[in-house]
Amino acid sequence: MAEIDYGKLGLKVGLEIHQQLDTSTKLFCNCKPQLFKGEPEITFLRRLRPTQSELGQVDPAAYFEFQKGVKILYESSNMAACLVEMDEEPPHALNMEAVETALTAALMMNSKPVDEIHVMRKTVIDGSNTTGFQRTCVIALNGEVKVGEKTIPIQHLSLEEDAARKTGEEDNKARYRIDRLGIPLIEVATAPVITSPKEAEVAAYTIGRILRATGRVMRGLGTIRQDVNISISGGALIEIKGVQELETVNLVVENEVQRQLNLIEICEELKKKGVKEEELQEQFLEVTNVFRETKCKVIRKALEKKNVVMAVKLPKFRDVLKRELLPNLRLGTEMADRARFWGKVGGIFHTDEMPAYGVTEEEVNLLRKAVDAEESDAAVFVADSHENCRDALVAVVERAREAICGVPEETRAANPDGTSRYMRPRPGAARMYPETDIPPVQVSEELIARICSCLPESSEKKLERLMREFKLNLKLAGQVIDSEYGGLFDVLVRESGVSPTVVAAFLTETLKSLKREGVDVDAVRELQIRDVFRRVGSGELSKEALADVFVWLSRNEGKGVDEAVESLGLKAVSDGELRTLIDRVVAENSRLVEEKGEGSFGPLMGIVMRDLRGKVDAGKVSRLLKERLSKRG
Amino acid sequence: MSKEFSGYRGEVLEAIRKAEVEIGNLIQISRDGESYEGILIPRSEYGDQKHIVIKLKNGYNIGVRITKNTKIRKIGKGAKPAFAPPPRPKQRENLPKVTILSTGGTIASRVDYRTGGVRPALTASDLYSVVPELAEVAVIDAQILFSLFSENITPKHWAEVAKAVAEQISKGVEGVVIAHGTDTLGYTAAALSFALQNLPVPVILVGSQRSADRPSSDAATNLIGAVTAAAYAPFAEVAVAMHETPSDTAIAIHRGTKVRKCHTSRRDAFKSVNTTSIARVQDQKLIMLTDDYRKRNSASKLVLKPKFDEKVALIKFYPGIKPQLIDWYVEQGFKGLVIEGTGLGHVGRDCFEPIRKAVEHDVLVAVTSQCIWGRVNMNVYDSGRDLLNLGAIPLEDILPETALVKLMWVQGQTHNLEEAKRLLIANIAGEFSPRTLAEGTELI
Repeated sequence: MAEIDYGKLGLKVGLEIHQQLDTSTKLFCNCKPQLFKGEPEITFLRRLRPTQSELGQVDPAAYFEFQKGVKILYESSNMAACLVEMDEEPPHALNMEAVETALTAALMMNSKPVDEIHVMRKTVIDGSNTTGFQRTCVIALNGEVKVGEKTIPIQHLSLEEDAARKTGEEDNKARYRIDRLGIPLIEVATAPVITSPKEAEVAAYTIGRILRATGRVMRGLGTIRQDVNISISGGALIEIKGVQELETVNLVVENEVQRQLNLIEICEELKKKGVKEEELQEQFLEVTNVFRETKCKVIRKALEKKNVVMAVKLPKFRDVLKRELLPNLRLGTEMADRARFWGKVGGIFHTDEMPAYGVTEEEVNLLRKAVDAEESDAAVFVADSHENCRDALVAVVERAREAICGVPEETRAANPDGTSRYMRPRPGAARMYPETDIPPVQVSEELIARICSCLPESSEKKLERLMREFKLNLKLAGQVIDSEYGGLFDVLVRESGVSPTVVAAFLTETLKSLKREGVDVDAVRELQIRDVFRRVGSGELSKEALADVFVWLSRNEGKGVDEAVESLGLKAVSDGELRTLIDRVVAENSRLVEEKGEGSFGPLMGIVMRDLRGKVDAGKVSRLLKERLSKRG
Repeated sequence: MSKEFSGYRGEVLEAIRKAEVEIGNLIQISRDGESYEGILIPRSEYGDQKHIVIKLKNGYNIGVRITKNTKIRKIGKGAKPAFAPPPRPKQRENLPKVTILSTGGTIASRVDYRTGGVRPALTASDLYSVVPELAEVAVIDAQILFSLFSENITPKHWAEVAKAVAEQISKGVEGVVIAHGTDTLGYTAAALSFALQNLPVPVILVGSQRSADRPSSDAATNLIGAVTAAAYAPFAEVAVAMHETPSDTAIAIHRGTKVRKCHTSRRDAFKSVNTTSIARVQDQKLIMLTDDYRKRNSASKLVLKPKFDEKVALIKFYPGIKPQLIDWYVEQGFKGLVIEGTGLGHVGRDCFEPIRKAVEHDVLVAVTSQCIWGRVNMNVYDSGRDLLNLGAIPLEDILPETALVKLMWVQGQTHNLEEAKRLLIANIAGEFSPRTLAEGTELI
């Protein structure tokens, strides 16, 4: 791919970074901020009804969902949620521990704390909040962070409650788990002044560093989430929600720019072909008869359930639906996403991808005939209930019309691979109204003075200190700061006496590669990590055993380091035992020793370590072996 | 500016006045080099006198402290928030007629964006347009009686509600729904059960535990359940329609004399005590859960008995209670006392003498239990037997609140002591259940 000049494209990116806080209780109740696994103890079923905003507007997408009769099944457990999360009890007062953490982060970004905090309700009726709104409040305004030479304004820093997490969706019923609901989140919103994907990534890291410096943030997948606003000239403002890994931010931006560029290209082509919006009509035909004998499993299943197949013609769209916007994302995919959202269908078929999925050429020809499609036309068809088919095809036609105009404004959800998918139309303004159940909180000058007097070390200072005090190189020091475990570094070095480089390499590279190998790193608790390092420091465990113990702990949640050591057979070897072993190895390899003298050290070391790996420090083995070899004779 | 809505007082109000800005104006506040822009929002009555609330462009509200260095400047007019109910849905004429009478409370309230508080601002007609599904259930007429939080409702209001219901019934409606705050909804339900006798159609009280302006409000489902019961139920009694569980799936219909608010905040706060609920509305259908009910009969002639005498009190016995409390009521001329005794219906012996004196003064003394669940039986222990000998009247398994309401109603009907006693122990509106079943008990 040719180098893209993002400046020329008029790229503008704004970031909203959400970070979960590791406070002792949730934001509006006394539940611990923790998730539960396994079966829920409590379930309940609700519907959310769109209400008017204070300006008298109803969000159209919300109203549509309601009319579809969407129900929400909530799952709960007494350990993770109380009546507050169930919306069965009013919220308690705002958690001041969270407020102080947010103020700390705000002051580190040079933001101005507000004089009085007012909690607001932001309407969200997809079910992710039992109340139908998210509670949120501005803590500070007008801050800034430095990204290289550039100053990026921080528009506001807010404190909000995290939403429930979706655990499934079936037949008009969405399933949510309310354990995550109410965990405090800091939201940091930058001005849309970022002009390249790389800059977006660096800005995200910079803000992440500041948040972690508060020492009160959660770690693990999903504890930090980015929403990215992206626009280019000639394109549209697209909000991509829920980017989970900081390192994918630049990829998300690159991909979105590419997607918009391709959509603009498609738009120009369609214009050249002379396609007019009014040519795209909502004329839907039932074509069930075409598929009476079909071998296509999806359609056959639908017909068994007495559903129908309906189709629509898209004039002059032939070969346009299969146009790739990104790898594995075609215009047809975008239509399918819309159809899924508005029609609650499983997906759509279109003639650009036919014959496929068991649909034969003959069926395609019959279908084209049925909808009266000419050579240059495309057709889209879908199998579901009459009503769902209709809603899905209305959405398809709408998306086709938008393709003629360019890039439609919408809210998209991030995929783990850096691409995105349609989520919902952009919400209207004025969906914020006061949370009357919570009195305003005054931010006194005394409170700010107290927080200012003990602000955590800035990441620049920390970088410098790590290099000076612990002799880490620039790269490793930077990795420690960007690591979710960076806050643990000082503690581990101080407590265990293990070499700073070993600690740093473990917290960054080792953990990263374990994560990549699929190890559930988050399952190991901080106290366990400290325990393991203390044992390494005291010689009870060798540093080679670190990763093995860690992996064992991650797979045996609830068990301790003693059990790990026992089960892995890592019981420490005493100096006496070690000497005996060395004696034995030397005796067994007496010929080698005689031939090579001290030159036999290398091979012997290998043999001893193979037997002892993880049980004893390699340095000690080396020392004793050398001693033994020098005393030979 | 209109002072009554602003909520601002003292120096802050002075500063706003001086700047000549009004609620809804776009203003700029500057102080020591800081500057904020936003729409001036009213202050809640509980707020201090040091902050001005503005709505920022991003929709958030913040409070800005006003000091001597603060400057307020108007920079634009801004839009005033207003609530516009959606248009009424079309009515289907062949459906049963139901009247919704609104008395106030959460079910009839929404956030007032000018004061920031929850206000009983929604008319009964707004309710109807906010819950358009009602058009599929019944032909609705809506009327507003009061806009009161239910803690402000008194026996005089009970009488007014009873008369308004009677008027609607005389017009031939198939049922009446009363929207009511939940705090004292149980009392009103009991009161109407005694005041409206020989009912031809159902009278259903309904409330909500979450205000109607929230997406998660229970108001709509409760209201639909209430209207369904009013329009189609086979019974003609006063009943209460509220959530059966925390889910939005079923609405329980409770008998008006047996229902109590048993939780401060849950949707299923209302429980039938010492009996089961009489019906359930689920999937738009009403299912009866008992055969023991008064049948709907349009030929029945309603008997309206709306008089309540407020010279009646409810006294909860507690360890260390001062017996003079009872003397005081008697001296004040009260005609009836309901004593919420302990256990099977007991009070400490210190209270015996004042109770004896009360009975001597022709005060009706009735005994219920603070256990809420179960029946009083004053023959088991000495205390109970002593109380009976003093002339106290045991009231079976009645709810203490229902007992109070009934005694007020009894005193409103007659001044004859013997007649009053007869009425008090007669089962007039299902307030006593002859049998207590093991329902709700987990049997191993």
